[in-house]
Amino acid sequence: MNLLIEAFAWIFDPAHQSGPNGIPIRLVQHLTISLVVLVISSVIAIPLGYLIGHTGRGRSLAVSLTGGFRALPTLGLLIILALWLGIGVEAPVIALVVLAVPPILAGAYSGFEAIDRRTIDSARAVGMTEWQIVRKVEIPLGLPLLIGGLRSGTLQIIATATLADYVGAGGLGRFIFVGLKSNDYPQMLAGSVLVIALALLSEGIFAIIQKLVVPRGVVANQNTDVRTPSSRRVAVVGSPTEERK
Amino acid sequence: MIEFRQVSKQFPDGTLAVDDFSLVIPSRKTTVFVGSSGCGKTTILRMINRMIDRTSGSIEIDGEDIVGLDKVKLRRRIGYVMQNSGLLPHRKVIDNVATVPLLNGVPKKQAHARALELLDTVGLDRSLANRYPSQLSGGQQQRVGVARGLAADPNILLMDEPFGAVDPLVRAELQQELIRLQRELDKTVVFVTHDIDEAFLLGDQVVILQKGGVIVQKGSPTEILSAPANDFVADFIGATKGKRALHIDRRDGREVVLDSEGRAAGVLVDGPTGGSKDAPA
Ligand SMILES: Nc1ncnc2c1ncn2[C@@H]1O[C@H](COP(=O)(O)OP(=O)(O)OP(=O)(O)O)[C@@H](O)[C@H]1O
Ligand SMILES: [Mg+2]
Repeated sequence: MNLLIEAFAWIFDPAHQSGPNGIPIRLVQHLTISLVVLVISSVIAIPLGYLIGHTGRGRSLAVSLTGGFRALPTLGLLIILALWLGIGVEAPVIALVVLAVPPILAGAYSGFEAIDRRTIDSARAVGMTEWQIVRKVEIPLGLPLLIGGLRSGTLQIIATATLADYVGAGGLGRFIFVGLKSNDYPQMLAGSVLVIALALLSEGIFAIIQKLVVPRGVVANQNTDVRTPSSRRVAVVGSPTEERK
Repeated sequence: MIEFRQVSKQFPDGTLAVDDFSLVIPSRKTTVFVGSSGCGKTTILRMINRMIDRTSGSIEIDGEDIVGLDKVKLRRRIGYVMQNSGLLPHRKVIDNVATVPLLNGVPKKQAHARALELLDTVGLDRSLANRYPSQLSGGQQQRVGVARGLAADPNILLMDEPFGAVDPLVRAELQQELIRLQRELDKTVVFVTHDIDEAFLLGDQVVILQKGGVIVQKGSPTEILSAPANDFVADFIGATKGKRALHIDRRDGREVVLDSEGRAAGVLVDGPTGGSKDAPA
């Protein structure tokens, strides 16, 4: 308890509010790395997930591939990448992208798969092109699950970006590593508290977004209409290790 | 006119769903495919708008082989109504009805105005326009489905068991509505059902199918009722037993019509001079 009070005292110490080793600059570094990773992962995972979800092909390949990537210990991967690429921000960004792609990918394709097949069939039957089906039907209806994937991906990025400073890339992890080296437990704990606060903040923001993006008519649909279940099985976001026959 | 010439469909898994099917579907008439589950009705219907591509044979619409046509354009000029209405759950009723005109680039205002008229046409209150499909009853959803099928003013309307999932009272109401619509709009309607009563009620031409899309008999309801091609048809239409196997009994000098169980079905009176709707012209 005492330690926690000391940690908060450390956080609110005016000496740590500015300067090259202050909290603001580390916070900005942490957020920048996280954001860059989120953008890169999304650019890779969303189109790929949409392609898999729309065509229904390549799913098992993607699942086993990303499942394999996910099994890689991030710290080990980070060190190998750092040995290869050198000290700096590249190695942690790549390691974190590997970590964040699977949940976002799963969110993207499971969002498409959860849509009633008959809805898509009738969209095609009235004369939508494949591209129009993706844009006007699958993307809006799949958005809630995609946001769910982004949410869990972001949480993992923020938590794991702590490791970035292990190879000198800065971020809130700096306080933890410095504290560890110098047996400065209040500083270590302060770093952890800041990371946790950031993670909770992102959770809160995504929780709100998730509420907002559920298409209007679908809210009512989920509550009342049990007659039109999806014919494809819905993958659970965040655990895409489940094989589909 | 839609013409099937020796059309077959084999699915990739080897199922021969439709085997050597030939039929002329006349324009501005209602043709009903009826038959038991799995006999190929849906497959035949969906080959018309190329939701399913035939494996061999040819399908022509007004003399033009549909193989040469762009699928998307073809589908936009053919109305399609399915059992579960198939409406887009995230779009309001009015946008669902206006789907095809909007895809075709009709300005939104104009498309919406037309959609409201179509709600009138299918007997829905305009106040429902801003609801989502999930906020409608099953029967209302089907009406919206029909309105959407009519939105681009297609010559052909394909209907795959459109009233299959609604309760009998609503179904009867929708059937009457369709008969009224057909009198007003004069479309070429191709209708699929496994309900023989529905087939006789709606069809100018009724096509009774067996597994593999084999035509057992086709003709007007009167033709089929008066001369069932074989025992299968007689059984299927209930001509051997039940409410269509009627006989006349004389009671107190009047002719009473009884069904096969001896229950009274009605009395014989002088027929209207117009005759039945499919009496030979
Ligand atoms: N995509 C498909 N792949 C393989 N076989 C199929 C496919 N679609 C339909 N079939 C098979 O083709 C046959 C005809 O199916 P179809 O859907 O046309 O029947 P239907 O007459 O419409 O039946 P129902 O009244 O149950 O709707 C069935 O044996 C069915 O199992
Ligand atoms: Mg069918």
